[in-house]
Amino acid sequence: MIPRHLQIGMAVLLVVVLIMAFYVHRMRGRVAETGARVADTRPVAPPVAGPTEQVTLYVAYDDAGVLHAQSARVPLPAGRQQRAQELLRALLGIYLDKNSPHPLPAGAEVRDVYMVDPGLAVIDTNSAFADNHRSGVLVEELTIASFVRTLAANIPGINRVKILVDGKERDTLAGHADLSDFYDTSAVGKAADQLETAAQ
Amino acid sequence: MRWISFVLAGCLLLEMAAPTPEEKRISIYSPAADYSLSVTQREGKDYVGLLEILEPLGSVTAKMQGQKWQLRFNDIDAQFTPGSNKARIRGREVDLPARFLMENNRGLIPLDSLVTLLPHFLGIPVLLHTTARRLFISEAGTTYKTEFSKTTPKLVLNFSSPVNPTIGTEPGKLNMIFVRDPLLPSGPESVNFNDKAISSITFQENNGAAEITVNGGVPLLASFSNDGRTITVAPAPSAAPAPAAPPAASVAPAATPAPPAAGPAPSGLPAPAPTATLRYFAVVDASHGGDERGAALSDKLTEKDVTLAFAQRIRQELESRGIATLMLRDSDSTLTVDQRASTTNTARPAIYISVHAASDGTGVRVYTALLPSGGDNRGPFVAWDAAQSPLLSVSQAAASSIAAELRKKIPVRSLIAPLRPLNNVTSAAIAIEIAPPSGDVADLSSPTYQQLIAASVATGVVSMRDKLEASR
Repeated sequence: MIPRHLQIGMAVLLVVVLIMAFYVHRMRGRVAETGARVADTRPVAPPVAGPTEQVTLYVAYDDAGVLHAQSARVPLPAGRQQRAQELLRALLGIYLDKNSPHPLPAGAEVRDVYMVDPGLAVIDTNSAFADNHRSGVLVEELTIASFVRTLAANIPGINRVKILVDGKERDTLAGHADLSDFYDTSAVGKAADQLETAAQ
Repeated sequence: MRWISFVLAGCLLLEMAAPTPEEKRISIYSPAADYSLSVTQREGKDYVGLLEILEPLGSVTAKMQGQKWQLRFNDIDAQFTPGSNKARIRGREVDLPARFLMENNRGLIPLDSLVTLLPHFLGIPVLLHTTARRLFISEAGTTYKTEFSKTTPKLVLNFSSPVNPTIGTEPGKLNMIFVRDPLLPSGPESVNFNDKAISSITFQENNGAAEITVNGGVPLLASFSNDGRTITVAPAPSAAPAPAAPPAASVAPAATPAPPAAGPAPSGLPAPAPTATLRYFAVVDASHGGDERGAALSDKLTEKDVTLAFAQRIRQELESRGIATLMLRDSDSTLTVDQRASTTNTARPAIYISVHAASDGTGVRVYTALLPSGGDNRGPFVAWDAAQSPLLSVSQAAASSIAAELRKKIPVRSLIAPLRPLNNVTSAAIAIEIAPPSGDVADLSSPTYQQLIAASVATGVVSMRDKLEASR
């Protein structure tokens, strides 16, 4: 016959074990959730400080091989440089979304945009942006045209754009689109128009 | 006082006008790495940084300890004293032909001491070509053999291992400069062929590089094959002597009527050689190749292989329509975009066609150049990045003609793209990017699909013949 106090002790221990098992199960679930969050390498959302403004983003669509002008409200700081940066980050947000019309590689980021007078914008992207970009004449052109056109449409005075990768000059984006030269915004505008016309 | 200003200004101008001396370099060839370093002149002698020499060959560290510079290479210790012409390696004293120097924490040794010092570190003898500054470490070197064919005429250079020279042309000669290749002659340094088109070949070494010069009476072109092991030098198609006995089919088919004598060159382009007659021919360029595989179209299909297959079919279709064709790459060899452009510009074809392939989308995209900003052509000087600008309208017309032919059979788009070397080419220049007919990438290697596209491209080029000839 087991003494009564031992029976009560065993019951209490069993309850404690069950509670601990439930707690461990919950904690493992949370760790998995945190891990998933770490793996999401999308850039953080633009700062929400300041009023939002209506802007035009030129979004690339792979299916039709065109750029579509798309209105969006983006919180924009006052400085031209910061505005350019936030515009491109808003564009990247669309491309990194799981329903992206023109998927860019996970971890792709615009590190900085420098405005050099007169009229030159230098976009510094990270290596994930270029190293893992899909390779092809059209697919690379769409990315570049989308960036250049969006900047030219929303920031007055930009007439040339240069794209760097990790602060360095690079020959091509992913084997095709030239990154060694400066892009003339009006020439890119014409190329984007032709994308539209040729798709019709 | 005024005359002093004039004298000073004169001196300044003379200084500016004086040619900048070429930077002295040494090239080192070893099984571990082939590399090139700059040479510094001190006390009338050539010096090199010892650390820079040893770094690619093993693990090396160095630091100053008191008055001595202590160096450790793999497990070998060495000691150098700034200002002294004696060093201690593995505990043994070694004489240097000149003083050891320390500058900004760099240990500089006389160039001619490398033959004495390096065997102590590496345990193997080294060979220094002193005048040319080329150092061979346990390296048998790359040799070459020449085969000259007088009937074609053609000079084939077969190398013992793949080479990647910089190729330059000037009237009457073609230079190949080998900086990273341990090239050595296996026979006489100069050979005469007693031929008007290709008269001789010479080998020489200078400033850390080997140079092969092929001399000839007409503009010459070099093409790579056999994975970079073979270079074939032949007269440029545009310069092939018109009355020559039966011309090679791929260069000047008999059916091709003689084009009009060279008219005025497009603005900014060099005038053709007076003896040369411009023939109507095309350059077909299979993009990527060798180390550069282009897009991975599927697990098994790479862009470089698909473009080569398409380019070969386009050549076949063009030649069957009587248009001579020059392929820039006929094997899996690496060519830079600058090499592609300069070879094309030397050949002066009626049209340059670059071939690309993609897995995105369907059908064919035909591109002309998106010229970068800042292209500034002044008089006879053409900006490299905007060399295409005088020909852009002709290129667009050719793209439209080819697109019209393709449209009869498959979906096609005419676009502008920032794609080199289109903007560097001084002839009509287009690129075609071929996507699968439906969603299946495997169709890109289908002979039927390749044939359909190649035939349409060739028909488009034929229908543009008059305009392309007029533009030359």
